[in-house]
Amino acid sequence: MSPLAQVLLTIITASTPLLIAAIGELVTERSGVLNLGVEGMMVMGAVAGFGAALTTGSPLVGVLASILAGMAMAAIFAFLTLKLVSNQVATGLALTLLGLGLSGLIGESFVGQPGLRLAHLAIPGLSDLPFVGPILFGQDGLVYLSIALTVAVSYGLFHTRLGLIIRAVGDSHGSAHALGVSVIGVRAVCVLFGGACSGLAGGYLSLAYTPQWIENMTAGRGWIALALVVFSSWQPYRLIIGAYLFGAVGVLGFVAQAVGIGIPSQFLSSLPYIVTVLALVIISKRTLSARAQAPACLGQPFVPDR
Amino acid sequence: MRIDLIKRPEASRLMAYASPLLAVALTLVTGVIIFAVLGVPPLKGLYVYFIDPLTSAWSLEKLSLKAAPLIMIAAGLSVAYRANVWNIGAEGQLTMGAIFGASIPILFNSWQSPLTIVAMLLLGILGGMLWGLIPALLKVKTGANEILTSLMLVYVAQLFLDWLVRGPWRDPKGYNFPKSVTFEDWQMLPTFGTTDVHYGVALAVLAAVALWVLMSFTLKGFEVRVLGTAPRAGSFAGFSPQRMVIFAFLVSGGLAGLAGICEIAGPVEELQPVISPGYGFTAIIVAFLGRLNPIGVVVAGLALAVSYLGGEEAHTAFGISDKAARVFQGLLLFYILACDTLILYRVQISTKPKGATA
Repeated sequence: MSPLAQVLLTIITASTPLLIAAIGELVTERSGVLNLGVEGMMVMGAVAGFGAALTTGSPLVGVLASILAGMAMAAIFAFLTLKLVSNQVATGLALTLLGLGLSGLIGESFVGQPGLRLAHLAIPGLSDLPFVGPILFGQDGLVYLSIALTVAVSYGLFHTRLGLIIRAVGDSHGSAHALGVSVIGVRAVCVLFGGACSGLAGGYLSLAYTPQWIENMTAGRGWIALALVVFSSWQPYRLIIGAYLFGAVGVLGFVAQAVGIGIPSQFLSSLPYIVTVLALVIISKRTLSARAQAPACLGQPFVPDR
Repeated sequence: MRIDLIKRPEASRLMAYASPLLAVALTLVTGVIIFAVLGVPPLKGLYVYFIDPLTSAWSLEKLSLKAAPLIMIAAGLSVAYRANVWNIGAEGQLTMGAIFGASIPILFNSWQSPLTIVAMLLLGILGGMLWGLIPALLKVKTGANEILTSLMLVYVAQLFLDWLVRGPWRDPKGYNFPKSVTFEDWQMLPTFGTTDVHYGVALAVLAAVALWVLMSFTLKGFEVRVLGTAPRAGSFAGFSPQRMVIFAFLVSGGLAGLAGICEIAGPVEELQPVISPGYGFTAIIVAFLGRLNPIGVVVAGLALAVSYLGGEEAHTAFGISDKAARVFQGLLLFYILACDTLILYRVQISTKPKGATA
């Protein structure tokens, strides 16, 4: 494979976890819940996926375990913020702190063990095309899933009754409640969906991106996914652009390092974080009405008065 | 059976104090379960974890050294969170404070004066303030979410420190180890008597008391609370939400920076790639456990310091991973947030089906 194809391939695998985590959080936020625990759910997904794959010998079981781990974390969050009406910002932070600690404890015996890599799905015929074949049609299944998920979420949110209900709950929970919608129930489902996606994104890291377990291996990707949702102005398709942009920035840092231009590696490693800040600044400044695009009830607690 | 939350007519003062105690109790119960799972006799585990660190003079010294940075940072964060300003990048501000303060021993190594350490501390505060000012200004000028920007800057600061100690600031006589020169006596915080307890511990308590006075007895404290709970009312009173964002970040960033320089001019004695075991993040838990009250933060800081020390002791006693401490800390925050519900709501457990309760 040519070096350029190799780079493009790496960009796709680096962007996929960002996209998966962000699409889940987008649905969560559309229902009016701000879950800052993406990083914690992701890292738990990563450790659970790695461990399950290692013990069962099946990366697919690993993927399943990572989804369940993300959902379990999200369930704690949903219980606290929706049932006990706790502060969403603080609870999300707690989820991240707990996830980072717990995954470190669980994963201690996994450190240094070789992991299992998720098989690549070659699409017969197309993957043999020169250059574009292996890049577009020879990826692991989750790359395709991430795109399919984005399409499905966009269709679901804007063209189905369920999507209408989710957006209604996120934009005006009082009205939705008056119409007989279970605000708490809808939000719980959306939070769990976000958790499943975050967990899966973490599993992608430890099963496909770098098949091994390293403590704190998410390295802020959960937070970048949160920024991506703001960047996308809560529009699913814009997440693809954002995720691939951020994935590319990270990979280009590595490439520059490998080529050996005289910039210290630490500066290149800090690029994704700096670009995140810049992107937030640009998007917030351009749409000073960014508040208007955010779901109107984002972060607001809801207590049914019966 | 249904569990319903009934809003109290007014916030329960009793629960405001009982909630953190209840949370600690629940954490201990969970600790028993975790110890049992890990195959450690639970009561012995609890003793080693939470009581042993309090039983000798030597460990009490260590306890105060661990608690000092937590108290310093959390006192500042409690003011910011009261103002509804979410600075979660204290770890980065701590790092920048350490870098700024360390510039004197590294760049002006020969300057020997009683003022050396004072200048280092002031530079540490400045470094933390400047690093905190970035998300604050971005929030005020462009509306960029301060939670995300302040957190991103943690990674940037840590990578910058990593570059410094492996590159330009590496000790030329350090056998290529990634660390700066070791600080001289006059570049270190003085200690109390023959103990290891340095003046930073006193500074932490002083900072907490000063912020308590600010919050309880001054107009500024009133402004913080009004803008935090009722921003519209605050604007009508002529308080500026923008200036409050800057103020909150300067206070919390400055104190985090001070904690950073106190760490390296205290126990650490030099710049290294990693200078803090996550004090900036643990301080978030301390702030909530201390009821976002600077005096409460002192108690909470000591409690969390126990969990750090207990983690080390349990590691040597039973071979339990020292990472268990972080699990306890994370659980504790969850329990606090859950128990805080009881301040505003009563829990009603009814066996009747829905509708019958109305």
